[in-house]
Amino acid sequence: MCRLALKSSDTPFSPYEVLLAMEAMQEGYDGSGLGLLMRGVQFTDFNYEKDKQVILSGIAHTEEALSRLNGLMEDRGFVQKYDHEFTVHPELIEASDRYKYIVRVYRKPENMDEANLEEYLMQTRLFLRRDGEEHGGDLTVFSFWSDVVMIKEVGWPLAVGDALSLDDNRIMARVVMAQGRQNTNYGINLYACHPFFIQGISTMTNGENTAFVPIKEWLEGKNIPGYTGYQSDSEVFTHILHYVTRKLKLPLQVYKHVITPLKSEELKNHPQGDFLQGLRVACRRLIIDGPNAVIATLPDETSMLVMDAKKMRPAIVGGKPGTWAIASEMCGMMAMVPDRDPAFDFQPMREHTVIIPPDRKELQIWTQFDPFTLPQAA
Amino acid sequence: MDSVRSVYTTPSSLTYCDLPWIIQHREDRCTLCGRCTAVCPVNAIYLTYRRQRVPKLDVLKKKRGNEYRHFVGIRQHTSIEKKCIGCGMCSSVCPNEAIGPVPNTNEHRTVFHQNQKGEAWKRGGRRNKSGATILDRIAFDRISMLTDPALDAGRHEFSLNTILGRVLPPEEFLRRKMAGEWIPPTREIFPFIIGSMSFGALSPNMWLGLLQGVAYCNEVLGIPVVMATGEGGCPPWVLKSPFLKYIILQIASGYFGWDEIIRAIPEMQCDPAAIEIKYGQGAKPGDGGLLMWFKVSKLIARLRGVPEGVDLPSPPVHQTLYSIEESVMKMIQTLSMAFGFRVPVYPKISGSTSAKAVLNNLVRNPYAGGLLIDGIDGGTGAAYNVSMDATGHPIASNLRECYLDLVAQGRQNEIPLFAAGGIGKNGNVTQNGMALIMLGASGVHMGKYIMQACAGCLGNEMGRCNVCNIGICPKGITSQNPKLYRRLDPDDVAQRVADVFMAIRTEMKKIMAPLGRSQSLPIGMSDALGIDDADVAKRLNIKYIC
Repeated sequence: MCRLALKSSDTPFSPYEVLLAMEAMQEGYDGSGLGLLMRGVQFTDFNYEKDKQVILSGIAHTEEALSRLNGLMEDRGFVQKYDHEFTVHPELIEASDRYKYIVRVYRKPENMDEANLEEYLMQTRLFLRRDGEEHGGDLTVFSFWSDVVMIKEVGWPLAVGDALSLDDNRIMARVVMAQGRQNTNYGINLYACHPFFIQGISTMTNGENTAFVPIKEWLEGKNIPGYTGYQSDSEVFTHILHYVTRKLKLPLQVYKHVITPLKSEELKNHPQGDFLQGLRVACRRLIIDGPNAVIATLPDETSMLVMDAKKMRPAIVGGKPGTWAIASEMCGMMAMVPDRDPAFDFQPMREHTVIIPPDRKELQIWTQFDPFTLPQAA
Repeated sequence: MDSVRSVYTTPSSLTYCDLPWIIQHREDRCTLCGRCTAVCPVNAIYLTYRRQRVPKLDVLKKKRGNEYRHFVGIRQHTSIEKKCIGCGMCSSVCPNEAIGPVPNTNEHRTVFHQNQKGEAWKRGGRRNKSGATILDRIAFDRISMLTDPALDAGRHEFSLNTILGRVLPPEEFLRRKMAGEWIPPTREIFPFIIGSMSFGALSPNMWLGLLQGVAYCNEVLGIPVVMATGEGGCPPWVLKSPFLKYIILQIASGYFGWDEIIRAIPEMQCDPAAIEIKYGQGAKPGDGGLLMWFKVSKLIARLRGVPEGVDLPSPPVHQTLYSIEESVMKMIQTLSMAFGFRVPVYPKISGSTSAKAVLNNLVRNPYAGGLLIDGIDGGTGAAYNVSMDATGHPIASNLRECYLDLVAQGRQNEIPLFAAGGIGKNGNVTQNGMALIMLGASGVHMGKYIMQACAGCLGNEMGRCNVCNIGICPKGITSQNPKLYRRLDPDDVAQRVADVFMAIRTEMKKIMAPLGRSQSLPIGMSDALGIDDADVAKRLNIKYIC
């Protein structure tokens, strides 16, 4: 089992805080890897402008890969504005083939509308990933998007944080999500490490998606660019969220209805039962299975937590106006927002979707039995 | 003493040792009540007086002589038409356990003579090939409880139902929903379906029992079981009853019974579950339905609109049509229209290497509600032995191939595939069905298994019984003779239907729980399957395990 932690705050904070929460939950996972995603990014050494610039995250495993990357990015018309140099302590990293951790800021190409740019960014990420794979896996690319930094590494999360000196406050962010385990259900592979990313949408999961293969086959059959990879059974959660919100253009709440639809007898009494019944049939290959707590973040800094249909995994949400956190365990929550009122912590059940909106004023706790989002004071 | 030379044999002269079943009769126990000879469906045995010579030598009188003992015994006919079929009804009626058939392990000489008067061998049952099937050998090996909390088959909730009917791609569903356009009808049903057995092939008591059982499963047990009629219509009282919603009406190339059905449409209280258009059947691909004259009783004749006592062979193809494409298109649309586009309509074909062609045709037909493929191990009420034994395609690879074809097109959610043919052949009905579901089927149809489990059908794949075609079913399952079918109490059949489906439901959970599946039927979950044969594993695209 793995552990998850997410913190979202009005004021940027160090990702190390979330790693400390992972450390607090150390008994719950094997610490075989770290996946970290940051949004609302702020660099001490560079004034990052979200509207004008995009960030590439990944690892160049060799010098040759790095110089190839430089050339490829240039060829595709990206002008580099900033290259974040981590203060690295290689002795703390298990792997030896890490030539350079890449967090690079590029200027957005001009004369490209938003839709084309999004497509171009994804195609570039996939192109770089393929290029790395064609060269014996010497280049790993996690994300290429506006205002998103991703770090993935094998090893104990806190040790990885120390190795990259994430406590030096040179990178801060308003939203940080972290997951503390390599994918151990299948082979060890950096691409198999949560969180997963596609076009600004990211999810991480504590659980096992036992319906993985049929869902994967269905998504692949859609021939939608970017619906590839699948080194982990949890990657489909990201793509389903992308599919529901970006391709079907349905509201965020519908995600829950797609992955864990209500039963027929429950839908009979639902105000939108007719629609949801039809949706359940049309999207039945996207019904997930197994124990899962899914945490997602979106480009507007919205965060979301969804439980599986049987509530087989732990998760807790808490915080105060301006700062909220989601963690697998109470101790993780304590580490991230110690000064909150724990009486208002919320442990979602099978029907719940918890949303931390971008304004971070209050949590939205929405149940699947309701037609609309019900804002609630935490 | 007779001279050996005077023994006359014909080419088809057989002794009882040459027959597939040998009657073993224990004279010391026999009470000569005659029940066995009366009950035997093929008159294989007869009561007869015998004389036994006992040589006697009186030494003192220096006289040689004979004594003759007379006794009454049971003897076995050796003619082909009266050969013992091994049903064992004689044993079941014998008060003293004095008689019973024993399988002949050495000789099956009758096979060579089963075509008397030039009549090729016709029978009921299914392909006479015994032993474990491919489906029996598939193991569910991806056990999820090692990585995650296990599901509890006894306590957790499981979604076991499947969808029958055309499923739109999500984008198209949303577009039509917003525009208020037609959305193809779908049914949420239990994935184990009672396959098509016609009212005609089955006795009225069997049919009634099945329907009662199905209604009980739906209305009391909450298991949405549906049953298919097969060709030959449906009794008018059922057509006009609220039970019609549990019934899939079949239309086949003989169109038997459809006059009644069409006339009943205005009076129907509810829609049928679906309409099945039969193009082929696994037991006899390329051959039409066959109801032999023995079974065309007054009732059947009325339902089918034919004279009594005539053979009813349906043509192999739908007569009004020039091509399968045209047939599929026209019939699906016509039948959809007849029921106001509220009922899923799907074709049933026999397993075949050309199944994919039909499937691809259906993918492009917006009214097609599914495809049922019936494999070579499917049963039948009547067919030529050669069709049953040698014609067709096993279901596992055929279904898998079709499913993977849909996967490659990204259409596997749209046309649900149903599989039939040998499900539960060796009794492992849930295991067989779930294996097919994980290979890509949305559900399975089972006919022979239902007859065996719910009504005590005695037929097996070693040539036992298999006389469904001539209306002499010793259990009254496939007979139209009231003297025979009154042996079968519909209430008992209904009880067994409920037993069977309750057990299947439990076993499904016992299979799904270790795999970590409970939210939806694991259609296409091929990562959970393994088989101990590398070639089969490769063909089915599943794991090889040993």
